[in-house]
Amino acid sequence: MLTLKNLSKSYVAGTPVLQDVSLEISARGITAIIGASGTGKSTLIRCINRLVEPSSGQILFEGADLARLSGRALRHARRHIGMVFQEYNLVERLTVMENLLSGRLGYVPAWRAWRRKFPPEDIHRAFELLDVVGLAGFANQRADALSGGQRQRVGIARAVMQEPTLLLADEPTSSLDPKTSVEIMELLANIAHSRKIPVLVNMHDVELARRFADRIVGMAEGRVVFDGPPAQLTDEMLTTIYGGQGWLH
Amino acid sequence: MTDPTATVAALPADPFRRSLWPRLAAVALAVYVVYACAQLEVSWERVQTGLDNAAKFFSRLFPPNFHRRDLLVKGLSESLEIAVLASTLGILLALPIGLCAARNLMPLWVTWPARLVIVLSRSFHPVIVAILFVKAVGFGALAGALALTVASIGFIGKLFTEAIEEISLKQVEAIRATGAPFASVLAFGVLPQVFSRFIGFATYQLDSNLRNSTMVGIVGAGGIGGTLFAAFQRFDYDFVCAILISIITLIMIGEVLATAVRAIFIENATLPDLLRPGAAMRRVRHAEDD
Amino acid sequence: MSAADPARAVGPVGTSTERIWRRFSSAQRLARFTVYLVIVAAIVVSIQTVEVIPEFLADAPEQVADLLARMWPIDFAHYPGTVHAALTETIHIATLGTLLSLMLAVPVGILAAHNLVPVTPLNLAAKLILVSSRSVNSLVWALLFVGIFGPGALAGTLAIAFRSIGFVGKLLGEALEEAQAGPIEALTAAGAPWASRMTFGYWPQVKPAFWSIALFRWDINVRESAVLGLVGAGGIGMALDSALNLFQWPRVAVILLAIFAVVILAEVAVTQVRRRVI
Repeated sequence: MLTLKNLSKSYVAGTPVLQDVSLEISARGITAIIGASGTGKSTLIRCINRLVEPSSGQILFEGADLARLSGRALRHARRHIGMVFQEYNLVERLTVMENLLSGRLGYVPAWRAWRRKFPPEDIHRAFELLDVVGLAGFANQRADALSGGQRQRVGIARAVMQEPTLLLADEPTSSLDPKTSVEIMELLANIAHSRKIPVLVNMHDVELARRFADRIVGMAEGRVVFDGPPAQLTDEMLTTIYGGQGWLH
Repeated sequence: MTDPTATVAALPADPFRRSLWPRLAAVALAVYVVYACAQLEVSWERVQTGLDNAAKFFSRLFPPNFHRRDLLVKGLSESLEIAVLASTLGILLALPIGLCAARNLMPLWVTWPARLVIVLSRSFHPVIVAILFVKAVGFGALAGALALTVASIGFIGKLFTEAIEEISLKQVEAIRATGAPFASVLAFGVLPQVFSRFIGFATYQLDSNLRNSTMVGIVGAGGIGGTLFAAFQRFDYDFVCAILISIITLIMIGEVLATAVRAIFIENATLPDLLRPGAAMRRVRHAEDD
Repeated sequence: MSAADPARAVGPVGTSTERIWRRFSSAQRLARFTVYLVIVAAIVVSIQTVEVIPEFLADAPEQVADLLARMWPIDFAHYPGTVHAALTETIHIATLGTLLSLMLAVPVGILAAHNLVPVTPLNLAAKLILVSSRSVNSLVWALLFVGIFGPGALAGTLAIAFRSIGFVGKLLGEALEEAQAGPIEALTAAGAPWASRMTFGYWPQVKPAFWSIALFRWDINVRESAVLGLVGAGGIGMALDSALNLFQWPRVAVILLAIFAVVILAEVAVTQVRRRVI
């Protein structure tokens, strides 16, 4: 359960990227955030786990305001929030297994992590996750030897290794071809439903959003202008979100 | 219809005419060479006399005289020890200093002092630093080891900082997002990206220290340099030759070992892999030479 | 690399397998462990054998303070006379030495590159020359040349040149070996002789690397030339040597400062040239 209250962010004083955004994410399943480039979708997602510092507002998650936390408290909170990135952000020189295990770094003491002495349950879970994402046998491949789609699967597995109660995805399919994009969205939907956690996905492909999301949040100029199931997303509404007429047909 | 004469006139006169600057530079260089040679009193006669001397000199070098074996071995092992200690201490100190000097990871008040330390360590020739250490801690190998430690900090520190400043911060961001403590962010996000380069210049510095350790003795800082200098001043040229041959051999062995270490840590070679001729050990680019 | 896959499933047949993951195979771990062992042994032996006289070590801060006190006030008056001339001589040594080494290193570097000169004995001989040049320190080269040509800047210049051949030749050889085969193939197919292949095929590709290497080595040589005088090979090292022998610490101080200034200026010059030309 995640509640955003009056979240605002300005990178440059006077030009807010996020204006007074209030949302409640409690449902399981995929919530897709759509909107034109630069309307604050990515900023919104990154404010939640404080990769970007919000200018004002509250982020209520698991009984604490994430916007106020720092140091160890913030790290502990981050453990429960998994994140998937547009460019996968895997550690290229490490193997797939090491990338997966890095999802447990919030739970394992630094010294043991350095020596790669992770608990056997973590290793077992990692192997299982590799099966789930369809990468069985890839454990010892270096991450930079994988294709884009494979890397994103590793990225998703890494996030799930954290046993998160919330999964964030910042344009997870923007660097992938259409077929792979669908596979990745299917994987995310699978995880949302099997683990019963909310998945907040930021995407620019409206068709993909319509197909996989249980709820769509449309943003324009830093504000929420649409919030509802995909069925309610009319062409008119899309024009409001993205502006302009020509692109719809 | 275009006028054919117009197109012909549009072609440049000489497509291969070179620009003026490189030619000017070449002329300036030639003038400089003549001027500098005059300043240094380099004349053809001097070179001629020198070449005559050279023949006599070389005849006195050979055959090399290995009879003073104890002295030779003692000097060489002292040089080796200096190199080992200087490299160890240098690497251990250069890592945190280099990390602190990385502008993409650390705030300004941390990077400035660290960068200052690195610049100062690099500015002086190891021999000069050795002279100062001899004054501080007395003659002997300790002064040499400390002097080369300073040189190592300067070299490894600079390269390590450059390597860190070139990493992809996206990978670091992802590790931070998992809630990992700072040490783990370093271990999983930063170090894997710089590790192979680090091994490259650490082994390089070990070789460089080995080379330098053979001559800090000239100013009394221990090692075979002192023996070499003394032999020279006594005109024991055949002993000098023996010493030189030993030094070259030692350094060549050092380079082979360095390549082996790089193969083991960068390419995850196994011991049998090392013995396979050539192919398994792809040469990793040296960062810098000394 | 040949290694058994460290990620394997173990466990009795029929039960849920307990999977084990190892970062490195046993053979790889053995190799790594050997390196660690050798390193630790070397360190331990070195610490035990190097003589550390505790009194000297404890004395060190006092000695350093004493040294700094003796250097003050810095004898700036000494500069215009001997020091400036010696400094310019040092720069000449460095520059001429570097230029000479470039001329000598190019043929040797070419001979060492297998893709240019496919005669392996020649490659090995050239590589041997390069390794020897690098292994002998510039101070030692200086000693040799002082023995042959007598004390003075000539010995220093030759010492710098011969030391740099190994450096320049090796990096040049690497740049040549990494040159792309495409343009060379095109030239060969067009029937170009060896010399033309060199000028039009390889030279344009290695030109930026060549000048970068040359600048880099010049920078290092400025530093090296400053100390050659300690063995009589000219330059500011000789002024330093006499000042040290006479314990004239204020003069030593001004000389050290002058060397420092020249080194910094050289680095600045090199950075500027790199930015503009390369």
